[in-house]
Amino acid sequence: MKSIPRWADLALIPFLNLFLAFFVAGLVVVFIGEDPFRAMKIMLTGALGSDYGIGYTLFYTTNFIFTGLAVAVAFHGSLFNIGGEGQAALGGVGVAVVALTLDGTHWLITFPLAILSAAIFGALWALVPAYLQAKRGSHIVITTIMFNYIGAKLLGFLMNGPLKKEGSMAPESRRFEDGAQLPFMQDIAGWFGMEMTRTPLNISFFVALICCVLVWLLIWKSKFGYELRAFGFQQPAAIYAGINPVKITVITMVVSGALAGMMALNTVMGEQQKLVLDHVQGAGFVGIAVALMGRSHPVGVLLAAILFGVLYQGGTELAFEIPAISRDMIVTIQALVILFMGALENLVRFPVEGMFARLSRGN
Amino acid sequence: MSDVAQTSKGRSDATASLPPAIELSGISKSFGPVQANKDISLTVQKGAIHGIVGENGAGKSTLMSILYGFYQADRGEIKINGKPTQIHNSDDAIAAGIGMVHQHFMLVQPFTVLENVVLGAEDGALLRPSLAKARKLLVELAHEYELEVDPDAVVEELAVGLQQRVEILKALYRSADILILDEPTGVLTPAEADHLFRILEGLKAQGKTIILITHKLREIMAITDTVSVMRRGEMTATVKTSETSPTELAELMVGRRVLLQVDKDVATPGESLLQVKDLKVTDEDGVDRLKSISLELKRGEILGVAGVAGNGQSALLEVLGGITEASGGQVILNGQPLDLLGGNDAGDRRKAGIGHVPEDRHHLGLIMKFLAWENTTFGYHGEPEFNASMGLMNQREMLEDARGKMERFDIRPPDPKLKAANFSGGNQQKIVLAREIERNPDVLLIGQPTRGVDIGAIEFIHQQIVALRDQGKAILLVSVELEEILALSDRIIVMFDGKISGERLPGETDESELGLLMAGIDPKAESAA
Repeated sequence: MKSIPRWADLALIPFLNLFLAFFVAGLVVVFIGEDPFRAMKIMLTGALGSDYGIGYTLFYTTNFIFTGLAVAVAFHGSLFNIGGEGQAALGGVGVAVVALTLDGTHWLITFPLAILSAAIFGALWALVPAYLQAKRGSHIVITTIMFNYIGAKLLGFLMNGPLKKEGSMAPESRRFEDGAQLPFMQDIAGWFGMEMTRTPLNISFFVALICCVLVWLLIWKSKFGYELRAFGFQQPAAIYAGINPVKITVITMVVSGALAGMMALNTVMGEQQKLVLDHVQGAGFVGIAVALMGRSHPVGVLLAAILFGVLYQGGTELAFEIPAISRDMIVTIQALVILFMGALENLVRFPVEGMFARLSRGN
Repeated sequence: MSDVAQTSKGRSDATASLPPAIELSGISKSFGPVQANKDISLTVQKGAIHGIVGENGAGKSTLMSILYGFYQADRGEIKINGKPTQIHNSDDAIAAGIGMVHQHFMLVQPFTVLENVVLGAEDGALLRPSLAKARKLLVELAHEYELEVDPDAVVEELAVGLQQRVEILKALYRSADILILDEPTGVLTPAEADHLFRILEGLKAQGKTIILITHKLREIMAITDTVSVMRRGEMTATVKTSETSPTELAELMVGRRVLLQVDKDVATPGESLLQVKDLKVTDEDGVDRLKSISLELKRGEILGVAGVAGNGQSALLEVLGGITEASGGQVILNGQPLDLLGGNDAGDRRKAGIGHVPEDRHHLGLIMKFLAWENTTFGYHGEPEFNASMGLMNQREMLEDARGKMERFDIRPPDPKLKAANFSGGNQQKIVLAREIERNPDVLLIGQPTRGVDIGAIEFIHQQIVALRDQGKAILLVSVELEEILALSDRIIVMFDGKISGERLPGETDESELGLLMAGIDPKAESAA
């Protein structure tokens, strides 16, 4: 048993991993003949250098918090929910159903109902794989991936049929009226007499933060979380303690799906104000990386979600400023971050542990 | 204590021609606040069999892990054959001629014996020359030390005794001169253990040095030349085996005189509490684990279930504990039939008044990654006192409860915020026992209560079981230790091949008769026929 100080575990090692990831990414930038320091600067200022950049960064962060929490909750029950993408897509349908019906009222009425509806739709989309896993032993990784595809096709069908705007050829719903438009951050700032540049960042960011707290309470303070963690650590022992594996699996996946589904609040109700075909844009998959990097802890998920928000927003700016660095390059950089912080974590961990072991022996 | 006890300040003995095989001086190691080894010095002469005894958690395994490079000592020096040696990992240990046979074998199950022996010690990129060389060597070793194993047998198909031989062969193949065996006889039958001892004698005759870690004093007396006793991280004595006695060693281990016999009054069984009728269990693979078991359990009695592991005792505990479903039969508790067909899980059994100390505390009884306070309510976490409103738990109450249990059951260290995995085996078992006993069940199912538990804790655990019986509870005790069954039980049933092969009273039987019943032979029936 090797032990290192907590700060090294939580701060030093992630920092070194991140540094290595950016170092290798910098080498790639050098290979295509660009200046890595300039690229780095453009990325960071693009993401954090202005209230415009920060707004976009936090907008993406909101998506990743929801999907990251979804994956994290399932991880605690040693369930690998890869279906965030599909659950979020269906969550969008949940949002749209409420918004299109009630957008004549006020957002204070629509919003809570849309939260509920998004959660229910996302949860239902996770329920079938959960049931199949719990009752039939069908592996949840396989079934949730399949449900991503089914979800995408289902959304496509709805967008070309029942939910399509009348008289339009585009696969999208009509625009929500005022009663189903969420306040943007610049609106909220306006209530307090402050000014902010217009960005898609909206009030669902706060919902995401509240969800972090709720997930923390659920996992570490509630009876359900206790049973969930027991089940995740040692299934046979959970059964010995009278914990019903079917119930735990199903509820965990329902909670996970609900969190993923709520992501649609940000994109559909916040940003687009209409249901579009591809409103998830890979956030479901990024959630896996976010949960892994955040060690399935809400604080970690929040920090990892911010990091990925920076990468997304900074990457967009980078592709805009330096045309030689394409969108694919941005994905490469993100992949390197995931690689170094997730898969190659021990690359840094072992030397750091060795260093601390030597230090402690020295004194 | 005798003159063999060494202060070992590197004092070179001019008269001895050979330096000692192992010389440890001032070894200390701590894990966080827990000091596992305190300033340990030990000298083992070449060609000796040296025993190390001590309670669980005394630091034996830590010390050997330091010698084998799994852990690094915080302080202290290791000398092998008189040379100061740095052991950072097991490669260093192997290079220094140290081989280790672990308690849980480190073998690749689907590989053959030969492949396992060569694994990690291949001569080059091609396997064939290494395998041919190993085969030749294996034949030689087999002759020399009675270490016969078919080199082409697949390891998972071998009996445990033979798997252990493969471990020894692995060490010898890596030309180990010093062999460490960690609790080698825990998994062996008596005949296999005798054979192992003959092997060890043979190795000793060839000049190998052997360190034997065990808590079975009988083995120490039978085979070792010298023996060291560890207690709470310290080495309390090193003596010549011929100059000591089991009683003295036991005292040195626990620091006080222990009763190796259980002190208990004659049972006064009351009314019948649990009736099992024609209970059958068929597992997922369609194998009949229990074939029509019938038994009765009365208030105030301990019913011992003896048998070789794997003859249905585990299935019996698990079906009564609500973990697995029965495929037939009836169980009546307090006049109420239990639902045996899955309508009723382990939680319902607890509510009905059945406590369960499972055989395997690492997989069933405890969540190893949970903290102690989370484990002391495990299975009873739904009780109102541990729950607050809104689905949240009353963690303060759980902590309080854990503190109380740790104090009353003398669980060390008494820190409820330590992970279960960081307690020694005996203390882990006490956590499970405290949890199950303090809920005051009518019926307590106990599997292997003292497996891997040290003598001091064994005595305590036995006292707790007897005390529960004296309160008028019914206890079903499953153990593979016949001594334990004979000492504790008021009535004994023997299981063989999923059936009850006989019932005896402890005063009217002995180990040899029970041994025959465990093999499915009923001596009484034989003589009657």
